[in-house]
Amino acid sequence: MQIFVFLLPQLVLFLSVVLVFGIDLVGSKEKKWLPYLALTGAVISLGISIFHYGWMEFEEITVLGGMIALDSFSLFFQIFASLVAVFITLLSMAYMKVRSPYQGEYYSFILLASFAISLLALSSDLVMIFIAFELLSISSYILTGFFRHDPRSSEASIKYFLYGSLASAMMLYGMSLLYGATASTNLVEIAQGLVGIDPSLNWVVYSAIVLLLVGFGFKTATAPFHQWSPDAYEGAPTPVTAFLAVGSIGAGFAILIRVMITALPEFQMNWVAILTGLSIISMTLGNLVAISQKNIKRMLAYSGIAHAGYLMIGLVSWESGVLGTVFDGLSGILVYLLVYLAANLGAFTVVIAIEHKTGSNQIEDYAGLIKRSPFLAGTMVVFLLSLIGIPGTGGFVGKFLVFGSALRAEYYFLALVAIVNSVIAGFYYLNVIRYMFFQPLDEPAGEEIQVPGSLSVVLVLACVFTLLMGILAQPFIHFVQTSLKLVLS
Amino acid sequence: MNFPVLSAITFVPLLISVIVLIIPKSKENLIRWVSTILSLIPLALAIYVYYVVQADAGTMQFREEYSWIPAIDVYYRMGVDGLSAIMLVLTALLSTLCLYYSIYTIKDRVKEYYFLFLLLQVGMTGVFVSLDFVFFYVFWEIGLVPMYLLIGVWGGKRRIYASIKFFLYTLAGSMAMLLAIIAVYLNTGTFNILEAAAAQPFAGNFTAAAVAFWAFFIGFAIKVPIFPFHTWLPDAHTEAPTTGSVILAGVLLKLGAYGLIRIVLPMFPEQFAYFSYDVPIIPILAVISIVYGALVCMAQWDLKRLIAYSSVSHMGYVTLGVSAAAASLHAGGDPTSAIIALNGASLQLFTHGIITGGLFFLVGMLYDRAHTRQIKDFGGLGVKMPYYYGIMMVTGFASLGLPGLAGFWSELFVFRGTFAIIPVFAMIGILGLIFTAAYILWKVIQHVFLGEFDQEKWDAATHNAKITDMATFEKVTMWPLVIIMVLVGLYPSLVVRLLNAVSTALISNF
Repeated sequence: MQIFVFLLPQLVLFLSVVLVFGIDLVGSKEKKWLPYLALTGAVISLGISIFHYGWMEFEEITVLGGMIALDSFSLFFQIFASLVAVFITLLSMAYMKVRSPYQGEYYSFILLASFAISLLALSSDLVMIFIAFELLSISSYILTGFFRHDPRSSEASIKYFLYGSLASAMMLYGMSLLYGATASTNLVEIAQGLVGIDPSLNWVVYSAIVLLLVGFGFKTATAPFHQWSPDAYEGAPTPVTAFLAVGSIGAGFAILIRVMITALPEFQMNWVAILTGLSIISMTLGNLVAISQKNIKRMLAYSGIAHAGYLMIGLVSWESGVLGTVFDGLSGILVYLLVYLAANLGAFTVVIAIEHKTGSNQIEDYAGLIKRSPFLAGTMVVFLLSLIGIPGTGGFVGKFLVFGSALRAEYYFLALVAIVNSVIAGFYYLNVIRYMFFQPLDEPAGEEIQVPGSLSVVLVLACVFTLLMGILAQPFIHFVQTSLKLVLS
Repeated sequence: MNFPVLSAITFVPLLISVIVLIIPKSKENLIRWVSTILSLIPLALAIYVYYVVQADAGTMQFREEYSWIPAIDVYYRMGVDGLSAIMLVLTALLSTLCLYYSIYTIKDRVKEYYFLFLLLQVGMTGVFVSLDFVFFYVFWEIGLVPMYLLIGVWGGKRRIYASIKFFLYTLAGSMAMLLAIIAVYLNTGTFNILEAAAAQPFAGNFTAAAVAFWAFFIGFAIKVPIFPFHTWLPDAHTEAPTTGSVILAGVLLKLGAYGLIRIVLPMFPEQFAYFSYDVPIIPILAVISIVYGALVCMAQWDLKRLIAYSSVSHMGYVTLGVSAAAASLHAGGDPTSAIIALNGASLQLFTHGIITGGLFFLVGMLYDRAHTRQIKDFGGLGVKMPYYYGIMMVTGFASLGLPGLAGFWSELFVFRGTFAIIPVFAMIGILGLIFTAAYILWKVIQHVFLGEFDQEKWDAATHNAKITDMATFEKVTMWPLVIIMVLVGLYPSLVVRLLNAVSTALISNF
């Protein structure tokens, strides 16, 4: 019974997938209300999971033969996934209505992908992880290529698919090596099997870690496994880009944290070394390349790579026994993910609103936005400032916690690289603000941009969340700190 | 519970900015007057704080402490002593004057302008009253964004370049400071500025303390700015709108120096003394700022840029005074001189704010008439604008340190203190006084005001602009500043009494 109650939000999401898809098949009349059905499903699932967090006590257990873990960590990502589903559905409505006749398919895949995120966070067995991982990947490929007649969309999808299947294959190989070394696919049993493992088998585990990190690095869009992301971001329908930028990274970190901390604490030295390298490369490459981008979707793609690099710092600095202290690292990651969700989805909403009206994603076409729509320009500033990490916005709290954890763990070089990168990031984010506010002051303003209602809702919500997390951060940090219980035994 | 005066001073501007946001865009005059008149509230409160604090200026008063983000040990902590009270008055006064002056000078995007300006005031005020590192840092950074937009939207020709440079320089500095704040927390277990200072972070580990010291120092030095971190300043000051320059020079630069006195000096006295006396990097940088800044002024032909560089030079006195006070720890003996030097440095914060604020107002007024700032385009204006000439004389003389005006005392104290502790640097630094006199008299007074007025040259340079003497609103803007210059010049004790209590408490804690 407890399993059923715990999994209720997932079930609701899955049921909505089936409903939206099924109803779309019945009859040939266009059903304008399908997006609202999808939205309802997502909102109900969000409501239940928030209710679970606030008012229900669950034992932290694994069920279904150790396949899935019912713990507060997976509950956190259930909320995360439902939030993603709600927001993406909302910000797709106006945009997709005029661009694609396949409403039912689109929304059921969005919900399916969100379902896959929460499934991934629940998984505590390599087999389950792989299934959820593939479910997420395949829905993402389809969504990326959703504009079949747009060659850029198709190209993005193919590219994403090729990279993705390679990454999945390598990850699967890593999993099989782990199985070979420990004779189990269960994360907890793997951890037990690795205690005092025959040193002659160490190389098997080393290779397994590297191969697993290829897969997780692909999902989190961490350099050097990031090559798919700029093209996929640029070519995909913009709401899908928003999904990839937030949902995919969140899912990647959920599974990265669970596998590394549950299954591989014995080899922390080794994966920390690799992750440190990935983090430094990601931050530096992402930020440096983002500077020269002319297309805002590409810019946000590269900045996403950099953010994945910052997030890695939190995991790198994790040590057992620091939970509950201020700079434990993991709570930094989760706070950062929430902040990043609000700010990045908000930024993409502005991108969608502008693309919806002008059809352009070039940063230079944002010139004079303050005159064309003060609302869009004003909220965009809040999102960009949060992405830079200016106090008063959530971005600061996230960076504060993550950078602090690096200092706590005495990774001074990593902290130094991170702050230098934060300044570089300031440059290209400001560049957008510059265009919006400063550019053609003397020229007559372009046509006014009307923001559709559904997008306004997302903008206001994201803006409020971003500011709240910066100013009244206490409930959010508390929420995250109580979410950090993984089933470890 | 007492009335939270400090919160009121800090957040009333925020409230006004919300009111501005509510007023419809078209009612420009309403926006202008409402914000200006309401901004008298924080000014009145600041003056009230100044009166109350002086009874016992060496300790923190008006303390407020609430739990803010307990999960990460961050508190809402406020308090003022004599130094912060003086800076509060300066901030509130210059803000009100700027808001008033903007009524007549800011013509487009009035609503956005007033909104941003009030937001800026919140940030500046908050820095002076915060007693918690994270709280301090939040205010420190909040001021950055409105200033960036003020320069970028209402600035001069190269405003885009200047605004981005300003933002990135400050961001780089504050990021270094952020790491230092976290390091201090990890070492002492508190974000409370006073407790952390009392705990002497990294005591016994000189290298770690030195690294943290430099991280703080660079964060603040960029804001002051101390050579070689000063290059953002001439661009930002020159391109900013008049009120932006006034606030930049009058208050924002003080934030950095205030941080040095409030945070770095009490927390890392050992390191500060080491780098001021044994390895005197800091006084060297201070002296370079003073002399180099003044020399660059002599070579400037752009009036606004000249005033901007004079800030580099004058803020060098502050750095010199603070480093002398720190050096006294290793130089041995004579705490009196250390106190005098520190008094001079903190007094310079106030007087420079008033004087340079005034100078930027004056340059702005001239530019509004002539639409040029080239010194060579002017000449003989003394005849045409006698009132303006008079005000400029007083302000200019105050800037070069004429006895009887405010600037004299701060420079006297700085050099009197420094001579007793690190005489070499005092001797080199005093060259700055000579150069300052030279550029004020030669460039500002002689080239602009003296000589024959050449109507043809004026017409060619300004496209037949009309020459009018100061308008009433300009006089109203300038008079409070001039009165303070004279008042503090004749009776410096008004300010020094408060500062002295703070300096004495600081030095005796070494």
